[in-house]
Amino acid sequence: MTMVIQGRALTQDYVVGGGLFTKAATVRAVKGVDFAVERGKTLAIVGESGSGKSTLARIIALIDAPSSGELRVAGEVVDIARKRLTPDMRSKVQMVFQNPYGSLNPRQKVGDVLMEPLLINTPLSAPERRDRAEAMLAKVGLAPEHFNRYPHMFSGGQRQRIAIARALMLNPALLVLDEPVSALDLSVQAQFLNLLADLQDEFDLTYVFVSHDLSVVRYIADDVLVLSKGVAVEQGAREALFANPQHAYTQQLFAATPVTDIAAIRARVERRKAARAGAIG
Amino acid sequence: MVQKTGPLLEIRNLTVRFDTSNGAFTAVDGVDVSVDGREVLAIVGESGSGKSVSMLAVMGLLPDTATVTADAMLYDGRDLLQMSVAERQKLIGREITMIFQEPVASLNPSFTVGFQIEEVLRYNMGLDHRAARNRAVDLFNAVGIPEPETKLDAYPHQLSGGQCQRVMIAMAIASNPRLLIADEPTTALDVTIQKQILDLLMDLQERHGMALILITHDMGVVAETADRVIVQYQGRKMEEADVLSLFEHPQNAYTRALLSALPENATGDRLPTVAEFMAAEARA
Repeated sequence: MTMVIQGRALTQDYVVGGGLFTKAATVRAVKGVDFAVERGKTLAIVGESGSGKSTLARIIALIDAPSSGELRVAGEVVDIARKRLTPDMRSKVQMVFQNPYGSLNPRQKVGDVLMEPLLINTPLSAPERRDRAEAMLAKVGLAPEHFNRYPHMFSGGQRQRIAIARALMLNPALLVLDEPVSALDLSVQAQFLNLLADLQDEFDLTYVFVSHDLSVVRYIADDVLVLSKGVAVEQGAREALFANPQHAYTQQLFAATPVTDIAAIRARVERRKAARAGAIG
Repeated sequence: MVQKTGPLLEIRNLTVRFDTSNGAFTAVDGVDVSVDGREVLAIVGESGSGKSVSMLAVMGLLPDTATVTADAMLYDGRDLLQMSVAERQKLIGREITMIFQEPVASLNPSFTVGFQIEEVLRYNMGLDHRAARNRAVDLFNAVGIPEPETKLDAYPHQLSGGQCQRVMIAMAIASNPRLLIADEPTTALDVTIQKQILDLLMDLQERHGMALILITHDMGVVAETADRVIVQYQGRKMEEADVLSLFEHPQNAYTRALLSALPENATGDRLPTVAEFMAAEARA
Protein backbone atom coordinates (compact mmCIF):
# COMPACT_ATOMS: atom_id res chain seq x y z
CA MET A 1 0.00 0.00 0.00
CA THR A 2 1.62 3.23 -1.10
CA MET A 3 0.98 6.39 0.81
CA VAL A 4 1.13 9.40 -1.45
CA ILE A 5 1.21 11.79 1.44
CA GLN A 6 1.68 11.37 5.17
CA GLY A 7 1.73 13.94 7.93
CA ARG A 8 2.87 13.33 11.49
CA ALA A 9 2.31 15.69 14.43
CA LEU A 10 1.98 18.69 12.13
CA THR A 11 1.61 22.05 13.84
CA GLN A 12 1.44 25.59 12.55
CA ASP A 13 1.99 28.71 14.65
CA TYR A 14 1.13 32.21 13.54
CA VAL A 15 2.47 35.28 15.28
CA VAL A 16 -0.18 37.97 15.65
CA GLY A 17 -0.19 41.50 16.98
CA GLY A 18 3.03 42.90 18.28
CA GLY A 19 2.35 46.60 17.84
CA LEU A 20 3.96 49.47 19.69
CA PHE A 21 2.33 48.73 23.03
CA THR A 22 1.24 45.14 22.76
CA LYS A 23 3.32 42.02 22.90
CA ALA A 24 3.16 39.65 19.98
CA ALA A 25 1.11 36.55 20.67
CA THR A 26 1.42 33.13 19.11
CA VAL A 27 -1.65 31.40 17.79
CA ARG A 28 -1.40 27.70 17.15
CA ALA A 29 -3.69 27.15 14.15
CA VAL A 30 -2.92 23.45 13.67
CA LYS A 31 -2.18 21.41 16.78
CA GLY A 32 -0.46 18.15 15.96
CA VAL A 33 -2.37 16.51 13.11
CA ASP A 34 -1.57 13.03 11.76
CA PHE A 35 -2.92 11.66 8.52
CA ALA A 36 -2.04 9.49 5.53
CA VAL A 37 -3.64 9.17 2.10
CA GLU A 38 -3.30 6.16 -0.17
CA ARG A 39 -2.76 6.48 -3.89
CA GLY A 40 -5.98 7.02 -5.82
CA LYS A 41 -8.01 7.85 -2.70
CA THR A 42 -9.68 11.01 -1.47
CA LEU A 43 -9.21 12.40 2.01
CA ALA A 44 -11.72 15.07 2.98
CA ILE A 45 -10.77 17.62 5.60
CA VAL A 46 -13.92 19.01 7.19
CA GLY A 47 -14.18 21.97 9.51
CA GLU A 48 -15.68 25.41 10.05
CA SER A 49 -13.98 28.76 9.65
CA GLY A 50 -11.06 29.05 12.03
CA SER A 51 -10.65 25.29 12.30
CA GLY A 52 -7.26 25.42 10.57
CA LYS A 53 -8.37 23.45 7.52
CA SER A 54 -6.95 25.88 4.98
CA THR A 55 -3.73 26.20 7.02
CA LEU A 56 -3.37 22.43 6.90
CA ALA A 57 -4.16 22.44 3.17
CA ARG A 58 -1.37 24.95 2.56
CA ILE A 59 1.09 22.75 4.47
CA ILE A 60 0.04 19.67 2.49
CA ALA A 61 0.32 21.59 -0.79
CA LEU A 62 3.93 22.51 0.14
CA ILE A 63 3.15 26.21 0.13
CA ASP A 64 3.83 26.89 3.83
CA ALA A 65 6.31 25.04 6.01
CA PRO A 66 4.81 23.63 9.22
CA SER A 67 6.17 24.94 12.54
CA SER A 68 6.89 21.38 13.58
CA GLY A 69 6.08 17.85 12.51
CA GLU A 70 6.99 15.76 9.54
CA LEU A 71 5.55 15.65 6.04
CA ARG A 72 6.32 12.80 3.66
CA VAL A 73 5.48 12.85 -0.04
CA ALA A 74 5.67 9.37 -1.60
CA GLY A 75 7.68 8.24 1.41
CA GLU A 76 10.25 11.01 1.11
CA VAL A 77 10.56 13.58 3.91
CA VAL A 78 9.95 17.10 2.60
CA ASP A 79 10.94 20.15 4.61
CA ILE A 80 10.58 23.33 2.57
CA ALA A 81 11.80 25.45 5.49
CA ARG A 82 15.24 23.89 5.22
CA LYS A 83 15.59 23.00 1.58
CA ARG A 84 14.12 24.62 -1.49
CA LEU A 85 11.49 22.54 -3.19
CA THR A 86 12.81 20.68 -6.23
CA PRO A 87 10.86 21.03 -9.52
CA ASP A 88 10.27 17.30 -9.34
CA MET A 89 8.61 17.56 -5.93
CA ARG A 90 6.66 20.66 -6.98
CA SER A 91 5.29 18.64 -9.89
CA LYS A 92 3.99 15.95 -7.58
CA VAL A 93 1.77 18.20 -5.47
CA GLN A 94 -0.53 20.84 -6.91
CA MET A 95 -3.37 22.93 -5.54
CA VAL A 96 -6.77 24.24 -6.64
CA PHE A 97 -8.06 27.24 -4.70
CA GLN A 98 -11.53 28.15 -3.53
CA ASN A 99 -12.22 31.30 -5.47
CA PRO A 100 -11.91 30.85 -9.24
CA TYR A 101 -12.32 34.60 -9.64
CA GLY A 102 -9.23 35.37 -7.57
CA SER A 103 -6.96 32.49 -8.52
CA LEU A 104 -6.51 33.32 -12.20
CA ASN A 105 -4.46 36.27 -13.42
CA PRO A 106 -6.90 38.51 -15.34
CA ARG A 107 -4.15 39.61 -17.74
CA GLN A 108 -3.08 36.12 -18.69
CA LYS A 109 -4.73 34.20 -21.52
CA VAL A 110 -5.96 30.72 -20.66
CA GLY A 111 -3.30 29.13 -22.86
CA ASP A 112 -0.56 30.98 -21.02
CA VAL A 113 -2.10 30.03 -17.67
CA LEU A 114 -1.75 26.38 -18.64
CA MET A 115 1.69 26.61 -20.24
CA GLU A 116 3.40 28.55 -17.45
CA PRO A 117 3.91 25.58 -15.07
CA LEU A 118 5.64 23.74 -17.93
CA LEU A 119 7.80 26.74 -18.74
CA ILE A 120 9.00 26.99 -15.13
CA ASN A 121 9.36 23.33 -14.21
CA THR A 122 10.15 21.44 -17.44
CA PRO A 123 12.56 21.73 -20.38
CA LEU A 124 9.76 21.27 -22.95
CA SER A 125 9.84 23.34 -26.14
CA ALA A 126 7.17 25.91 -26.97
CA PRO A 127 5.29 23.71 -29.49
CA GLU A 128 5.29 20.82 -26.99
CA ARG A 129 3.95 23.07 -24.26
CA ARG A 130 1.21 24.23 -26.57
CA ASP A 131 0.23 20.70 -27.51
CA ARG A 132 -0.01 19.63 -23.90
CA ALA A 133 -2.04 22.68 -22.92
CA GLU A 134 -4.50 22.08 -25.76
CA ALA A 135 -4.83 18.43 -24.81
CA MET A 136 -5.49 19.36 -21.18
CA LEU A 137 -8.12 21.93 -22.19
CA ALA A 138 -10.03 19.12 -23.91
CA LYS A 139 -9.63 16.83 -20.87
CA VAL A 140 -11.37 19.27 -18.56
CA GLY A 141 -14.21 19.83 -21.02
CA LEU A 142 -13.21 23.13 -22.58
CA ALA A 143 -12.87 23.83 -26.30
CA PRO A 144 -9.73 24.61 -28.35
CA GLU A 145 -11.03 28.12 -29.09
CA HIS A 146 -10.84 28.90 -25.35
CA PHE A 147 -7.02 28.85 -25.59
CA ASN A 148 -6.68 32.53 -26.46
CA ARG A 149 -9.39 33.91 -24.19
CA TYR A 150 -8.99 35.80 -20.93
CA PRO A 151 -10.40 34.57 -17.58
CA HIS A 152 -13.11 37.26 -17.41
CA MET A 153 -14.79 35.68 -20.44
CA PHE A 154 -15.56 32.52 -18.45
CA SER A 155 -18.17 31.54 -15.88
CA GLY A 156 -17.23 30.41 -12.35
CA GLY A 157 -17.54 26.74 -13.26
CA GLN A 158 -15.42 27.15 -16.38
CA ARG A 159 -12.78 29.05 -14.42
CA GLN A 160 -12.59 26.24 -11.90
CA ARG A 161 -12.01 23.87 -14.85
CA ILE A 162 -9.14 26.11 -15.97
CA ALA A 163 -7.72 26.07 -12.43
CA ILE A 164 -7.81 22.28 -12.31
CA ALA A 165 -6.30 22.04 -15.80
CA ARG A 166 -3.42 24.25 -14.63
CA ALA A 167 -2.93 22.05 -11.58
CA LEU A 168 -2.79 18.92 -13.75
CA MET A 169 -0.28 20.23 -16.30
CA LEU A 170 2.69 18.76 -14.39
CA ASN A 171 1.12 15.30 -13.95
CA PRO A 172 0.86 15.57 -10.18
CA ALA A 173 0.23 12.59 -7.94
CA LEU A 174 -1.62 14.66 -5.36
CA LEU A 175 -4.12 17.44 -5.79
CA VAL A 176 -5.06 19.62 -2.84
CA LEU A 177 -8.50 21.17 -3.41
CA ASP A 178 -9.45 23.94 -0.99
CA GLU A 179 -13.26 24.36 -1.07
CA PRO A 180 -13.31 23.97 -4.88
CA VAL A 181 -17.10 23.90 -5.25
CA SER A 182 -18.26 26.33 -2.60
CA ALA A 183 -18.48 29.21 -5.12
CA LEU A 184 -20.40 27.14 -7.68
CA ASP A 185 -24.10 26.69 -8.36
CA LEU A 186 -25.65 23.31 -7.66
CA SER A 187 -25.82 22.20 -11.30
CA VAL A 188 -22.27 23.38 -11.98
CA GLN A 189 -21.11 21.72 -8.76
CA ALA A 190 -22.47 18.39 -10.02
CA GLN A 191 -20.54 18.74 -13.30
CA PHE A 192 -17.35 19.64 -11.46
CA LEU A 193 -17.62 16.73 -9.00
CA ASN A 194 -18.12 14.37 -11.95
CA LEU A 195 -15.05 15.85 -13.64
CA LEU A 196 -13.00 15.27 -10.47
CA ALA A 197 -14.11 11.62 -10.39
CA ASP A 198 -13.21 11.14 -14.08
CA LEU A 199 -9.79 12.74 -13.68
CA GLN A 200 -9.07 10.68 -10.56
CA ASP A 201 -9.78 7.46 -12.51
CA GLU A 202 -7.83 8.51 -15.56
CA PHE A 203 -4.67 9.79 -13.86
CA ASP A 204 -4.80 7.69 -10.67
CA LEU A 205 -4.91 10.94 -8.72
CA THR A 206 -4.95 11.33 -4.97
CA TYR A 207 -7.10 14.13 -3.59
CA VAL A 208 -7.04 16.08 -0.37
CA PHE A 209 -10.43 17.79 -0.48
CA VAL A 210 -11.05 20.59 2.00
CA SER A 211 -14.72 21.39 2.52
CA HIS A 212 -17.31 22.56 4.99
CA ASP A 213 -20.14 20.90 3.07
CA LEU A 214 -20.89 17.48 4.53
CA SER A 215 -23.15 16.36 1.70
CA VAL A 216 -20.35 16.96 -0.81
CA VAL A 217 -17.85 15.22 1.49
CA ARG A 218 -20.11 12.22 1.89
CA TYR A 219 -20.36 11.96 -1.88
CA ILE A 220 -16.68 12.33 -2.75
CA ALA A 221 -14.50 11.15 0.15
CA ASP A 222 -12.97 7.77 1.01
CA ASP A 223 -11.66 8.99 4.35
CA VAL A 224 -12.68 11.97 6.44
CA LEU A 225 -10.75 14.08 8.93
CA VAL A 226 -12.80 16.41 11.12
CA LEU A 227 -10.88 19.44 12.28
CA SER A 228 -11.97 21.69 15.13
CA LYS A 229 -9.81 24.51 16.49
CA GLY A 230 -6.70 22.96 14.95
CA VAL A 231 -7.28 19.49 16.41
CA ALA A 232 -8.26 16.45 14.39
CA VAL A 233 -11.15 15.48 16.66
CA GLU A 234 -12.17 12.52 14.54
CA GLN A 235 -10.90 10.69 11.49
CA GLY A 236 -11.76 7.50 9.69
CA ALA A 237 -13.45 5.82 6.77
CA ARG A 238 -16.41 7.71 5.35
CA GLU A 239 -19.11 5.06 5.91
CA ALA A 240 -18.15 4.49 9.53
CA LEU A 241 -17.85 8.18 10.31
CA PHE A 242 -21.16 9.14 8.75
CA ALA A 243 -22.97 6.12 10.18
CA ASN A 244 -21.72 6.61 13.71
CA PRO A 245 -19.95 9.88 14.49
CA GLN A 246 -18.10 9.55 17.80
CA HIS A 247 -16.95 13.02 18.76
CA ALA A 248 -19.41 15.58 20.13
CA TYR A 249 -18.22 18.19 17.60
CA THR A 250 -18.81 15.85 14.64
CA GLN A 251 -22.29 15.08 15.96
CA GLN A 252 -22.99 18.80 16.33
CA LEU A 253 -21.81 19.40 12.75
CA PHE A 254 -24.08 16.64 11.44
CA ALA A 255 -27.04 17.93 13.43
CA ALA A 256 -26.58 21.44 12.00
CA THR A 257 -26.43 20.28 8.37
CA PRO A 258 -29.79 20.81 6.65
CA VAL A 259 -31.37 17.63 5.34
CA THR A 260 -33.63 17.33 2.30
CA ASP A 261 -35.04 14.04 3.47
CA ILE A 262 -38.83 13.73 2.87
CA ALA A 263 -39.58 12.24 6.29
CA ALA A 264 -37.71 15.09 8.01
CA ILE A 265 -39.62 17.71 5.99
CA ARG A 266 -42.94 16.03 6.76
CA ALA A 267 -42.10 15.94 10.48
CA ARG A 268 -41.17 19.64 10.45
CA VAL A 269 -44.33 20.65 8.56
CA GLU A 270 -46.46 18.70 11.03
CA ARG A 271 -44.69 20.18 14.06
CA ARG A 272 -45.37 23.62 12.69
CA LYS A 273 -49.02 22.86 12.01
CA ALA A 274 -49.44 21.52 15.54
CA ALA A 275 -47.72 24.55 17.08
CA ARG A 276 -49.99 26.89 15.14
CA ALA A 277 -53.13 25.00 16.04
CA GLY A 278 -52.01 25.19 19.68
CA ALA A 279 -51.32 28.92 19.44
CA ILE A 280 -54.74 29.68 17.95
CA GLY A 281 -56.78 27.20 20.05
CA MET B 1 -55.72 45.97 13.54
CA VAL B 2 -58.20 45.22 10.76
CA GLN B 3 -57.24 41.98 9.10
CA LYS B 4 -57.66 42.24 5.38
CA THR B 5 -58.32 39.05 3.52
CA GLY B 6 -56.00 38.03 0.72
CA PRO B 7 -52.25 37.84 0.62
CA LEU B 8 -50.00 40.38 2.36
CA LEU B 9 -47.89 40.82 -0.75
CA GLU B 10 -49.21 40.00 -4.18
CA ILE B 11 -47.18 40.59 -7.31
CA ARG B 12 -48.67 39.82 -10.70
CA ASN B 13 -46.68 39.51 -13.92
CA LEU B 14 -43.49 41.18 -12.70
CA THR B 15 -40.91 41.94 -15.36
CA VAL B 16 -37.55 43.61 -14.73
CA ARG B 17 -35.37 44.71 -17.64
CA PHE B 18 -31.88 46.12 -17.46
CA ASP B 19 -30.45 48.43 -20.11
CA THR B 20 -26.99 47.18 -20.94
CA SER B 21 -24.51 48.15 -23.63
CA ASN B 22 -25.60 44.99 -25.47
CA GLY B 23 -29.26 46.00 -25.43
CA ALA B 24 -32.03 45.16 -22.96
CA PHE B 25 -31.61 42.17 -20.67
CA THR B 26 -34.68 40.64 -19.04
CA ALA B 27 -33.74 39.48 -15.55
CA VAL B 28 -37.27 38.69 -14.37
CA ASP B 29 -39.87 37.63 -16.91
CA GLY B 30 -43.54 37.60 -15.97
CA VAL B 31 -43.27 36.24 -12.43
CA ASP B 32 -46.17 36.07 -9.94
CA VAL B 33 -45.34 36.05 -6.24
CA SER B 34 -47.73 36.12 -3.32
CA VAL B 35 -47.15 35.60 0.36
CA ASP B 36 -49.63 35.41 3.22
CA GLY B 37 -49.35 37.22 6.51
CA ARG B 38 -47.78 34.47 8.57
CA GLU B 39 -46.15 32.44 5.85
CA VAL B 40 -42.57 31.45 5.06
CA LEU B 41 -42.02 31.56 1.31
CA ALA B 42 -38.73 30.36 -0.16
CA ILE B 43 -37.65 31.58 -3.58
CA VAL B 44 -35.01 29.18 -4.80
CA GLY B 45 -32.81 29.32 -7.87
CA GLU B 46 -29.26 29.40 -9.14
CA SER B 47 -27.29 32.53 -9.98
CA GLY B 48 -28.95 34.47 -12.77
CA SER B 49 -32.41 33.12 -11.96
CA GLY B 50 -33.63 36.60 -10.99
CA LYS B 51 -34.56 35.52 -7.47
CA SER B 52 -32.95 38.53 -5.79
CA VAL B 53 -33.92 41.03 -8.48
CA SER B 54 -37.66 40.46 -8.03
CA MET B 55 -37.42 41.23 -4.30
CA LEU B 56 -35.12 44.22 -4.85
CA ALA B 57 -37.86 45.51 -7.16
CA VAL B 58 -40.33 45.32 -4.26
CA MET B 59 -37.90 47.23 -2.04
CA GLY B 60 -37.23 49.81 -4.77
CA LEU B 61 -33.50 49.13 -4.49
CA LEU B 62 -32.75 48.54 -8.16
CA PRO B 63 -30.47 50.94 -10.06
CA ASP B 64 -31.80 53.44 -12.63
CA THR B 65 -30.90 51.11 -15.49
CA ALA B 66 -33.68 48.75 -14.38
CA THR B 67 -37.22 49.04 -15.70
CA VAL B 68 -39.81 47.45 -13.43
CA THR B 69 -43.26 46.64 -14.79
CA ALA B 70 -46.03 44.63 -13.20
CA ASP B 71 -49.77 44.27 -13.60
CA ALA B 72 -49.93 44.77 -9.86
CA MET B 73 -47.58 44.90 -6.89
CA LEU B 74 -50.01 44.93 -4.00
CA TYR B 75 -48.90 45.22 -0.40
CA ASP B 76 -51.85 44.85 1.95
CA GLY B 77 -54.12 45.69 -0.96
CA ARG B 78 -52.29 48.87 -1.99
CA ASP B 79 -50.21 49.07 -5.15
CA LEU B 80 -46.56 49.89 -4.41
CA LEU B 81 -45.98 50.98 -8.00
CA GLN B 82 -48.87 53.50 -7.97
CA MET B 83 -48.21 55.20 -4.63
CA SER B 84 -46.08 58.30 -4.14
CA VAL B 85 -42.44 58.07 -3.09
CA ALA B 86 -43.32 59.42 0.36
CA GLU B 87 -46.04 56.83 0.85
CA ARG B 88 -43.75 54.05 -0.27
CA GLN B 89 -40.99 55.22 2.06
CA LYS B 90 -43.38 54.83 4.98
CA LEU B 91 -43.64 51.14 4.18
CA ILE B 92 -40.16 50.23 3.01
CA GLY B 93 -37.78 49.82 5.91
CA ARG B 94 -40.68 49.81 8.37
CA GLU B 95 -43.40 47.37 7.39
CA ILE B 96 -41.23 45.65 4.79
CA THR B 97 -37.57 45.13 5.70
CA MET B 98 -34.72 43.20 4.17
CA ILE B 99 -31.45 41.54 5.19
CA PHE B 100 -28.66 40.53 2.86
CA GLN B 101 -26.05 37.88 2.20
CA GLU B 102 -22.91 39.60 3.48
CA PRO B 103 -23.67 40.71 7.04
CA VAL B 104 -20.26 42.30 7.61
CA ALA B 105 -20.47 44.27 4.36
CA SER B 106 -24.05 45.36 5.11
CA LEU B 107 -22.92 47.33 8.16
CA ASN B 108 -20.98 50.59 8.03
CA PRO B 109 -17.45 49.88 9.29
CA SER B 110 -16.97 53.43 10.59
CA PHE B 111 -19.74 53.40 13.21
CA THR B 112 -20.54 51.17 16.17
CA VAL B 113 -23.36 48.70 15.65
CA GLY B 114 -25.20 50.47 18.48
CA PHE B 115 -25.09 53.79 16.60
CA GLN B 116 -26.39 52.08 13.48
CA ILE B 117 -29.32 50.33 15.13
CA GLU B 118 -30.22 53.45 17.15
CA GLU B 119 -30.23 55.44 13.92
CA VAL B 120 -32.88 53.07 12.56
CA LEU B 121 -34.92 53.44 15.75
CA ARG B 122 -34.68 57.25 15.83
CA TYR B 123 -35.42 57.69 12.14
CA ASN B 124 -38.12 55.08 11.68
CA MET B 125 -39.80 55.10 15.07
CA GLY B 126 -39.07 58.62 16.29
CA LEU B 127 -37.50 57.44 19.54
CA ASP B 128 -35.19 59.77 21.50
CA HIS B 129 -31.63 58.81 22.31
CA ARG B 130 -32.32 57.11 25.63
CA ALA B 131 -35.39 55.23 24.43
CA ALA B 132 -33.52 54.09 21.32
CA ARG B 133 -30.68 52.76 23.48
CA ASN B 134 -33.08 50.79 25.68
CA ARG B 135 -34.92 49.39 22.69
CA ALA B 136 -31.59 48.42 21.07
CA VAL B 137 -30.67 46.43 24.18
CA ASP B 138 -34.05 44.66 24.04
CA LEU B 139 -33.58 43.87 20.37
CA PHE B 140 -30.06 42.50 20.91
CA ASN B 141 -31.51 40.27 23.62
CA ALA B 142 -34.26 39.15 21.25
CA VAL B 143 -31.77 38.10 18.57
CA GLY B 144 -29.51 36.35 21.06
CA ILE B 145 -26.49 38.65 21.25
CA PRO B 146 -24.82 38.11 24.63
CA GLU B 147 -23.89 41.16 26.78
CA PRO B 148 -25.94 43.58 24.65
CA GLU B 149 -24.79 46.73 26.50
CA THR B 150 -21.13 46.02 25.67
CA LYS B 151 -21.80 44.73 22.17
CA LEU B 152 -23.64 47.95 21.23
CA ASP B 153 -20.30 49.75 21.46
CA ALA B 154 -18.54 47.29 19.17
CA TYR B 155 -17.61 48.05 15.58
CA PRO B 156 -18.66 45.51 12.92
CA HIS B 157 -15.11 44.18 12.49
CA GLN B 158 -15.02 43.28 16.18
CA LEU B 159 -17.97 40.90 15.76
CA SER B 160 -18.11 37.54 13.99
CA GLY B 161 -20.10 37.05 10.79
CA GLY B 162 -22.89 35.32 12.68
CA GLN B 163 -23.12 38.15 15.21
CA CYS B 164 -23.18 40.77 12.44
CA GLN B 165 -26.09 38.91 10.85
CA ARG B 166 -27.86 38.98 14.24
CA VAL B 167 -27.31 42.76 14.32
CA MET B 168 -28.79 43.03 10.81
CA ILE B 169 -31.79 40.95 11.92
CA ALA B 170 -32.20 43.16 15.00
CA MET B 171 -32.32 46.23 12.74
CA ALA B 172 -34.73 44.53 10.38
CA ILE B 173 -37.21 43.61 13.14
CA ALA B 174 -36.80 46.93 15.02
CA SER B 175 -39.95 48.37 13.48
CA ASN B 176 -41.99 45.16 13.96
CA PRO B 177 -42.27 44.60 10.21
CA ARG B 178 -45.05 42.53 8.72
CA LEU B 179 -42.80 41.23 5.96
CA LEU B 180 -39.11 40.38 6.25
CA ILE B 181 -37.19 39.55 3.08
CA ALA B 182 -33.96 37.62 3.72
CA ASP B 183 -31.64 37.35 0.71
CA GLU B 184 -29.28 34.39 1.21
CA PRO B 185 -28.98 35.26 4.93
CA THR B 186 -26.75 32.31 5.82
CA THR B 187 -24.71 31.73 2.67
CA ALA B 188 -21.57 33.36 4.09
CA LEU B 189 -21.86 31.56 7.43
CA ASP B 190 -20.64 28.24 8.83
CA VAL B 191 -23.16 25.43 9.03
CA THR B 192 -23.54 25.50 12.84
CA ILE B 193 -24.00 29.29 12.72
CA GLN B 194 -26.38 28.88 9.77
CA LYS B 195 -28.55 26.63 11.92
CA GLN B 196 -28.62 29.21 14.73
CA ILE B 197 -29.56 32.05 12.36
CA LEU B 198 -32.28 30.02 10.60
CA ASP B 199 -33.68 28.92 13.98
CA LEU B 200 -33.69 32.56 15.06
CA LEU B 201 -35.48 33.72 11.89
CA MET B 202 -38.09 30.97 12.20
CA ASP B 203 -38.62 31.74 15.88
CA LEU B 204 -39.03 35.49 15.24
CA GLN B 205 -41.34 34.80 12.31
CA GLU B 206 -43.56 32.64 14.52
CA ARG B 207 -43.53 34.93 17.55
CA HIS B 208 -44.07 38.21 15.68
CA GLY B 209 -46.48 36.60 13.24
CA MET B 210 -44.74 38.17 10.29
CA ALA B 211 -44.30 36.90 6.75
CA LEU B 212 -40.83 35.79 5.71
CA ILE B 213 -39.53 35.57 2.15
CA LEU B 214 -36.31 33.62 2.07
CA ILE B 215 -34.21 33.85 -1.08
CA THR B 216 -31.74 30.99 -1.33
CA HIS B 217 -29.87 28.66 -3.65
CA ASP B 218 -29.67 25.96 -0.99
CA MET B 219 -32.27 23.17 -1.15
CA GLY B 220 -31.31 22.17 2.39
CA VAL B 221 -32.26 25.61 3.71
CA VAL B 222 -35.56 25.38 1.81
CA ALA B 223 -36.29 21.97 3.32
CA GLU B 224 -35.64 23.23 6.85
CA THR B 225 -37.63 26.47 6.72
CA ALA B 226 -40.23 26.98 4.01
CA ASP B 227 -43.99 26.56 4.01
CA ARG B 228 -44.21 27.19 0.29
CA VAL B 229 -41.57 27.32 -2.44
CA ILE B 230 -41.12 29.09 -5.76
CA VAL B 231 -38.45 27.65 -8.06
CA GLN B 232 -37.02 30.19 -10.48
CA TYR B 233 -34.76 29.63 -13.48
CA GLN B 234 -33.45 32.25 -15.90
CA GLY B 235 -35.97 34.83 -14.78
CA ARG B 236 -39.02 32.58 -15.03
CA LYS B 237 -41.04 30.75 -12.44
CA MET B 238 -40.65 27.02 -13.01
CA GLU B 239 -42.78 25.70 -10.21
CA GLU B 240 -44.65 26.74 -7.11
CA ALA B 241 -45.72 24.25 -4.45
CA ASP B 242 -45.90 23.63 -0.72
CA VAL B 243 -42.57 22.38 0.56
CA LEU B 244 -43.53 18.75 1.04
CA SER B 245 -45.07 18.35 -2.43
CA LEU B 246 -42.06 20.03 -4.00
CA PHE B 247 -39.59 17.56 -2.54
CA GLU B 248 -41.90 14.56 -2.77
CA HIS B 249 -43.48 15.07 -6.19
CA PRO B 250 -41.62 17.80 -8.09
CA GLN B 251 -43.70 18.64 -11.16
CA ASN B 252 -41.23 20.62 -13.22
CA ALA B 253 -38.25 19.11 -15.04
CA TYR B 254 -35.89 21.78 -13.74
CA THR B 255 -36.95 21.17 -10.14
CA ARG B 256 -36.40 17.44 -10.59
CA ALA B 257 -33.01 18.15 -12.14
CA LEU B 258 -31.99 20.38 -9.23
CA LEU B 259 -33.04 17.81 -6.66
CA SER B 260 -31.20 15.01 -8.43
CA ALA B 261 -28.02 17.12 -8.58
CA LEU B 262 -27.90 17.18 -4.77
CA PRO B 263 -24.93 15.05 -3.67
CA GLU B 264 -27.04 13.45 -0.91
CA ASN B 265 -29.48 12.14 -3.51
CA ALA B 266 -26.76 10.54 -5.61
CA THR B 267 -27.71 7.00 -6.58
CA GLY B 268 -24.82 5.89 -8.76
CA ASP B 269 -21.25 6.95 -9.27
CA ARG B 270 -22.18 10.08 -11.14
CA LEU B 271 -24.33 13.05 -10.31
CA PRO B 272 -26.79 13.86 -13.08
CA THR B 273 -26.15 17.46 -14.07
CA VAL B 274 -29.09 19.75 -14.73
CA ALA B 275 -28.42 19.86 -18.48
CA GLU B 276 -28.06 16.08 -18.80
CA PHE B 277 -31.11 15.46 -16.67
CA MET B 278 -33.32 17.80 -18.65
CA ALA B 279 -32.08 16.38 -21.96
CA ALA B 280 -32.84 12.84 -20.74
CA GLU B 281 -36.35 13.88 -19.63
CA ALA B 282 -36.99 15.57 -22.98
CA ARG B 283 -36.11 12.32 -24.78
CA ALA B 284 -38.27 10.19 -22.53
